[in-house]
Amino acid sequence: MENFTPLSALAGGVLIGLSAVIMLVGNGRIAGISGILGGALTSRGDERLWRALFLAGLLLATVCYSLVAPAPIIVDIQSTPVFTAVAGLLVGFGTRLGSGCTSGHGICGIARFSKRSFAATATFMLFGFITVYVTRHVLEVQL
Amino acid sequence: MSALGRPLVALMSGLLFGLGLIISGMVNPAKVVGFLDLAGNWDPSLILVMGGGVTVTTATFWLVLRRQRPLFETKFYLPTKADLDGRLLSGAALFGIGWGLAGLCPGPALTGLATLEPSVVLFVGAMLIGMVLQHLTAE
Repeated sequence: MENFTPLSALAGGVLIGLSAVIMLVGNGRIAGISGILGGALTSRGDERLWRALFLAGLLLATVCYSLVAPAPIIVDIQSTPVFTAVAGLLVGFGTRLGSGCTSGHGICGIARFSKRSFAATATFMLFGFITVYVTRHVLEVQL
Repeated sequence: MSALGRPLVALMSGLLFGLGLIISGMVNPAKVVGFLDLAGNWDPSLILVMGGGVTVTTATFWLVLRRQRPLFETKFYLPTKADLDGRLLSGAALFGIGWGLAGLCPGPALTGLATLEPSVVLFVGAMLIGMVLQHLTAE
């Protein structure tokens, strides 16, 4: 467990929680990324504007952090392009079909004691564990 | 006031969310896979990210929702469905498989997009196609 980074994980998690609180108290919305992104693709006008600004905030975070942080942001995708593309398709299709992802169901839904969000979070966690176990330890394939 | 407040809240919320993902290391798919790989060199960090986030939201959401309305909107926009159904569970399962394959979910993918790392660009492109496909096939 030498990769375990408890302090930065907790600090980052608190920031994510605060982000969701600001969105709820200010705009009355759930800070769920897949819902905000999906809605940005299909909505118009004001509805599209706030969604686009939220998404711009995500990108801006990377830009701001890079300007002040001493170390570069590490983004290491270990899967091959084909599996990366398949993964993207599944994540896009699945999060819209299932009405949410790690943020909307995981961070926000659980705080609302939503039965659907508890079930969705347990399901995507379980399938995430199974997928990694099967690919890395059963099939031992290079994705 | 609302015309200015609404977009500002959205931008600030996105910015804080992205910073949280970067600081926690969740923007790095290898670290997320390290959490999902229970039988490997396990990295429990994601539990603390979720734990920190859920603690803040659980401690505050109930208080916020006692308000008549949010600051810059006339009402709260909350999910109305209450029952479990096949769409919810099959969608979550498909998402979980994709999450396990690449180690990316939508937030880290979009935040990491600004690094212009080609594999993240590829993932986000495919994710957008997946979202549009779902929209087109929904009844």
